Amino acid sequence: MTGQAGGDKGFSPKILVFSTHNISDPGIDLAGSSHMHYPPTVLVTSMPCSSGIKPEWILYAVEKGFDGVFLATDGEECAYLPDCAERTSHIAREAQELLRQKGYEPQRVRMSGICSVCAEPFTNHMKEFSEALKKLGPVRKE
Amino acid sequence: MSDRRIGVYICHCGGNISDYVDVERVREAVQNEPGVVVARTAMFTCSDATQQEIVQDIKERNLDGLVVASCSPKLHLFTFRNAARRAGLNPYQYTQVNIREQCSWTHTDDRDGATEKAIRLIRAGIARTILTEPLEPIIIDTVPKVLVAGGGIAGLRAAIGMADIGISVFLIEKSPAVGGWIGRLEKMYPHGRNGRQLIDKLVDEVKKRENITLFTNAELVEKSGNIGDFNVKIRVSGQGDKKDDITANVGSIIIATGFDSYQPGAGEYGYGIDGVITLPEFKELLDSSDGIPARNGKAIKDVVYIYCVGSRQQPDRENPNLYCSRYCCNAAVHASLLLAEKNPKSHQYHLFRDVRTYGRYELLYSQSREAGSTYLRFGEDDPPAVERCSGGKIKVTVKDLLTFGEEVEIKADIVVLVTGMVPRKNGELVDVLKLPVGRDRFFNEIHPKLRPVETVVDGVFICGACQGPKNSAESVASALAAVTQSASILKKGYVELDPLMASVNPQLCDWCDECVKVCPYSAIEKGEEQGKEVARINKTGCKGCGGCVPVCPREAIDLKGYTDAQIKSMIDGFLKETF
Ligand SMILES: Cc1cc2nc3c(=O)[nH]c(=O)nc-3n(C[C@H](O)[C@H](O)[C@H](O)COP(=O)(O)OP(=O)(O)OC[C@H]3O[C@@H](n4cnc5c(N)ncnc54)[C@H](O)[C@@H]3O)c2cc1C
Repeated sequence: MTGQAGGDKGFSPKILVFSTHNISDPGIDLAGSSHMHYPPTVLVTSMPCSSGIKPEWILYAVEKGFDGVFLATDGEECAYLPDCAERTSHIAREAQELLRQKGYEPQRVRMSGICSVCAEPFTNHMKEFSEALKKLGPVRKE
Repeated sequence: MSDRRIGVYICHCGGNISDYVDVERVREAVQNEPGVVVARTAMFTCSDATQQEIVQDIKERNLDGLVVASCSPKLHLFTFRNAARRAGLNPYQYTQVNIREQCSWTHTDDRDGATEKAIRLIRAGIARTILTEPLEPIIIDTVPKVLVAGGGIAGLRAAIGMADIGISVFLIEKSPAVGGWIGRLEKMYPHGRNGRQLIDKLVDEVKKRENITLFTNAELVEKSGNIGDFNVKIRVSGQGDKKDDITANVGSIIIATGFDSYQPGAGEYGYGIDGVITLPEFKELLDSSDGIPARNGKAIKDVVYIYCVGSRQQPDRENPNLYCSRYCCNAAVHASLLLAEKNPKSHQYHLFRDVRTYGRYELLYSQSREAGSTYLRFGEDDPPAVERCSGGKIKVTVKDLLTFGEEVEIKADIVVLVTGMVPRKNGELVDVLKLPVGRDRFFNEIHPKLRPVETVVDGVFICGACQGPKNSAESVASALAAVTQSASILKKGYVELDPLMASVNPQLCDWCDECVKVCPYSAIEKGEEQGKEVARINKTGCKGCGGCVPVCPREAIDLKGYTDAQIKSMIDGFLKETF
């Protein structure tokens, strides 16, 4: 259904979000409790810390049909790792490199620090990313 | 296919989910997923009846996996883990899927989209559950000591409560003296009790208890460790630049650092004009005058109160305070009663938006009207104007909605801005504890009804006005709630932590030490497995962040509960076509 329409108006990009239990997930929950809207093709999965995301998972997600992957990182607030933001940027860059090697646009990976009350920033990120991915077109072109 | 036996329970949440998601369609879509043996919907999965049903299904149908699709795991993760445990299922073979905060509530405008998304989320949850294995929680012995930060009425009362349960207390107060705001007040509502004396009594009680150690001029500067076993560093400032650091080992931390009073900007309702003062300034003036209260040598006779200053601000302001500060209607009405008592000839005008003297405080409101106070109502988009005028008076002009918008002009001796509560600036404390801050910038509890004094930082509790506007009775009630929650952990003697831990596959590992280099907890060391050098995870050191997982060139490390296979199967589950 969604995501298969091949670049026409009906295309709504599938976005996988990696969030974290204690920092970004409460922010994303707050967007919901405040009834803020972003596209329902955004799917969130949550981990203890964004430094634990494997670049290979991001490639896997894109190969399997996600049009974009967003890393909602802990930034300075991470309770585990003081250099969490740098580690996650490194992971994002590696993932972009993997995508490039396989012929996918590196712009399909984005990251941003999302804090526990960042409901509005998260919503805006999702809307903007979704628009940007619409311009890129679906990851599966056929 | 899978030989697992999984039960899936999808919640209506009394309409919070089912109004926006076609719950029955979701159930039909997931009931034939591999591994699923039973799929049901329920009005409230968290209800006793449904929990009982889940327990029964697990037992009777021999389930080895559980998926609950309802609200955020912040709410009922432990509820369903316990249900699983009661039924004899390992609690880590259960997965919570959030189809409320992250689905129905964000897509109230798109029923089909939300329904399709719920299916995808649940399929991923099932896929993850198929690959779960039984895990055992990590057991940590708790230290029977607590740190209480903040020596206002909430912190003092919490310290006494903990001490009486037999738990040693370190009580730290940032300023030179304890007491907080109440320590500066004389007569308080509702019973006319004297705030200073109330605090003196509590301080006496603190002194009587040998198991309370009080530090003033003291702040928390470092924290490490986990719930049950924290190491904290307290910095005590002495004379001049002298500073002493004290370290302590505590099992839990109670935060009671209170609030600040809203400081109006220059020109806000005439603030800056001589005679325009805030509620705390007015209260101090009343408290410090024996006879008729006076200002600049002149008796105070005509008083205008402007309510909701700094509270319930318009959303289009920069960083507005949208909330009601709760205490101020009562405190202002009470102050007017005090003035009426001290100067029966006074005229008092209350310019309000809504009078929120809730509960029994309504009696104060009636009393103030009987004592001659006049109430005028202004609209939020048409606030009163305050100007200086001749003879040292202040002119206040307001359109009174109670008389259908009649313009009223009052010449006042003083104008009291009924200022609300704002969060106290406590950046360092927030940094040290990673305290969650809510939308109103006060500290945030996990759930306002169900878990009102716990935070997402395990073992750190909040109480009093640091978590939002509260009067003294409400502050003390929450302080005692924090005592109970905190003591229930410390008295049990141990806590169970999630078995969040990295694990190394010795077959794949060929000891290159990349993982060792990135672990700040020194939790990875060299071990041996069948004559081969491999990395080994040290169970007590590993915090379960997973930072070592992506750096391993052999993909030999997995984080338990978030394994490579689980994440990939969740991605597959997310993407499977829906209808
Ligand atoms: C003008 C006025 C009149 C009021 N009248 C009434 C009344 O009549 N009746 C009533 O019930 N309520 C009244 N209130 C409300 C009452 O003051 C609050 O409910 C009460 O003070 C809340 O107690 P608390 O301990 O949470 O916070 P606070 O009183 O703010 O105490 C917090 C304490 O924590 C300390 N602290 C802050 N940061 C740190 C840190 N990082 N480390 C260590 N210590 C720290 C502060 O120095 C302070 O001592 C009034 C309030 C005002 C402003």
